[in-house]
Amino acid sequence: MDFDFSDDQKFLKTEARKFLDARSPTSVARGVLDDPERSYDADLWKAIAAQGWLGTTIPEEYGGLGLGGVELCAIAEELGRALAPVPFSSTVYFVVEALLVAGSNEQKQRWLPKIAVGQTIGCFASSERPGPLSESQVTARVDGGRVSGAKAPVTDGDIADLAVVLAREAGQISLFLVELGGEGVRRETLQTLDPTRGVARLVFDGAPAERLGGAGEGLALAQAVLDRAAILLAFEQVGGSDRALEMARDYALQRFAFGRPIGSYQAIKHKLADIYIKNELARSNAYYGAWALASGAAELPLAAAAARVSATEAFWFAAKESLQTHGGMGYTWDVDCHLFYRRAQQLGLMAGGAKAWKERLVSQLERRNVA
Amino acid sequence: MDFNDTPEEAEYRARARDWLQKNVPKSPPHDTETPTGMAAAKAWQRKKAEAGYAAITWPSEWGGGGGAPWQAVIFGEEEAAFETPGNPFVIGLGMCVPTVMTAGNDVDKTRFVRPAVLGEEIWCQLFSEPGGGSDVAAARTRAVRDGDDWVINGQKVWTSGAHYSDFGLLLVRTDPDAPKHKGLTMFWLDMKSPGIDIRPIHQMSGASNFNEVYFNDVRVKDSQRVGALNDGWRVSLVTLMNERLAVGGLGGPSWRAIMRLAQDVATLAGPAAKDAGLREKIADWYVQAEGLKYTRYRTQTALSRGQTPGPESSIGKVVSASLMQDMANTALELEDQFGIISDPKDAPMAGVFQSALLSAPGMRIAGGTDEIMRNIIAERVLGLPQDVRLDKDVPFKDVPTGR
Repeated sequence: MDFDFSDDQKFLKTEARKFLDARSPTSVARGVLDDPERSYDADLWKAIAAQGWLGTTIPEEYGGLGLGGVELCAIAEELGRALAPVPFSSTVYFVVEALLVAGSNEQKQRWLPKIAVGQTIGCFASSERPGPLSESQVTARVDGGRVSGAKAPVTDGDIADLAVVLAREAGQISLFLVELGGEGVRRETLQTLDPTRGVARLVFDGAPAERLGGAGEGLALAQAVLDRAAILLAFEQVGGSDRALEMARDYALQRFAFGRPIGSYQAIKHKLADIYIKNELARSNAYYGAWALASGAAELPLAAAAARVSATEAFWFAAKESLQTHGGMGYTWDVDCHLFYRRAQQLGLMAGGAKAWKERLVSQLERRNVA
Repeated sequence: MDFNDTPEEAEYRARARDWLQKNVPKSPPHDTETPTGMAAAKAWQRKKAEAGYAAITWPSEWGGGGGAPWQAVIFGEEEAAFETPGNPFVIGLGMCVPTVMTAGNDVDKTRFVRPAVLGEEIWCQLFSEPGGGSDVAAARTRAVRDGDDWVINGQKVWTSGAHYSDFGLLLVRTDPDAPKHKGLTMFWLDMKSPGIDIRPIHQMSGASNFNEVYFNDVRVKDSQRVGALNDGWRVSLVTLMNERLAVGGLGGPSWRAIMRLAQDVATLAGPAAKDAGLREKIADWYVQAEGLKYTRYRTQTALSRGQTPGPESSIGKVVSASLMQDMANTALELEDQFGIISDPKDAPMAGVFQSALLSAPGMRIAGGTDEIMRNIIAERVLGLPQDVRLDKDVPFKDVPTGR
């Protein structure tokens, strides 16, 4: 039994925290929030690339560090804690994982080295209309190697260079790689709940598209990518939940009402204890996900669903109750609570919402016939 | 991140499993309220002690196994897979005897530790009183000095196993003029002492695991004191700390059981197993139950690495008790009118959910209520201040009491 980060992984995590404390205080996320022209922090992105984090799980032959999924989970937790306003999740959890899961050697050779150095930003374009991802969602079409149709919302779609797109070709749903700087691509920046992250509608009109993975395997591959991304996002969510709890704790200690710190009232103490409980459950489920991710276990889909449900619930609860603990100040623009409140929804929805993941969890249990 | 045993752990596990296979009695009686059940429990405890599998982490000179915490965890996992006799030793070995070992004198340690490990003597814990459940330090049972003796009068309550215990660990008020926490003293006593009256409490579940214990001029020697005079609160903290570690999983039906039930019943909209509302709940319960399981693995990892487990181990009871209650209620809703029936002969799934419904309230209260557990997490894990205490610095006899 060794159900924790190793000493090396803890060292990596500590170094990541130090780096992000220095380079990504919440003022950096606020800089993006307050500037309608920017949807990410380019300097922070370059600095993160220089750390080598983008290539954490990219094999050395493709210019990465060749580390395991658990190392990436450690970094993800710290990025979530820092609310880092960078296209890390889209690029690394979705596009790198998609290339590793489905890419040909030639495709990996072409894209992974550029991603590893921060030269190529990626995004994952699956959704077309409200509701969970399903076969009927997919109407974008590929004909003669060119894709047409619209995808929204695509997180980081406004700044990405490369999109992984779910589309139909000859009646079959497949994944495709589309270069967004080329012809036949129009991007519309969308206004979203969390302006510290960029989101766009991608409108394709005959953009060159290259199939990623087998024909007709699109939904299965997309789900495999979503499973992996869900686990990594769970660590971001756990990082954010922890930070939201710390903020609430610190505020409850310094804010006095009726002659004593509000943190001495059971209404506040029990609320914060409940946040702690949910966070620890989410962390434990995320650890199980990390194990499944790194070991390629058959339990991966179930572990991903559990990590996703638990972490989404925990971050939402921590963010909303941390804000509530801050009282009126928590509702102001200048106090950071709303950044976490916004990010909780962004992370909780960008890989599909908890409701759909709960259904997926139970159908996995049925498939595994555990009852 | 690895669930697999290290080679050392795997070897220990294999040896433990092999030993259990050879030594666990066939279809043993469980009910320690019966003479045969108690005899089976004592025999099993002795067998484990002789093989080094009782009190695994305690030094072998005290009858323990002289092993490491991770060994105790692995043996516990392996033993749980077998049908073993009942265990009336949890309170003694989990709370009372560790307190004697920490705060008691050498004579008492020599006298009590080994017989407890061997299962020869059973202990109970006499802390709670009618006027102080969560507020243990509000104990009013009086001990008055009389020469070399102390004379005890008062009442304890919720005393598990008092009726079959040989010894008790007793918290009493020795100085009512001192503030509440400063006038308490701890003693051990023989539960057969004259003047002790033990009356069973009939629980709402129908069982009687607890007792009221009345003291009428019960005499104990000053040499039976555990720790210093008026230092009983500090001594009791040793016991209570051990209590939280001793309270483990709750048993009862799991999300698996309710998935099985859902295959057998229907809602008005179709099979219950396909009911979206139920499926969402099952997912919620699953992540709580599995989250707790993996939290235990994290604790076990800390033990394996020779580290002190983090505070995450404090969340177990507060999550699992409400989980059980919530799941039982939903299961009864699915059973609809049949949910009323608790007779195992007639109730769906042998009444496992009805039984859980009736025991869940006790789980939410015993060993620290949900509310006290949240206070503990808030204060000891998150570092929030204690509640304002009106009784802290006044003489105990002047503290207001209700009824």
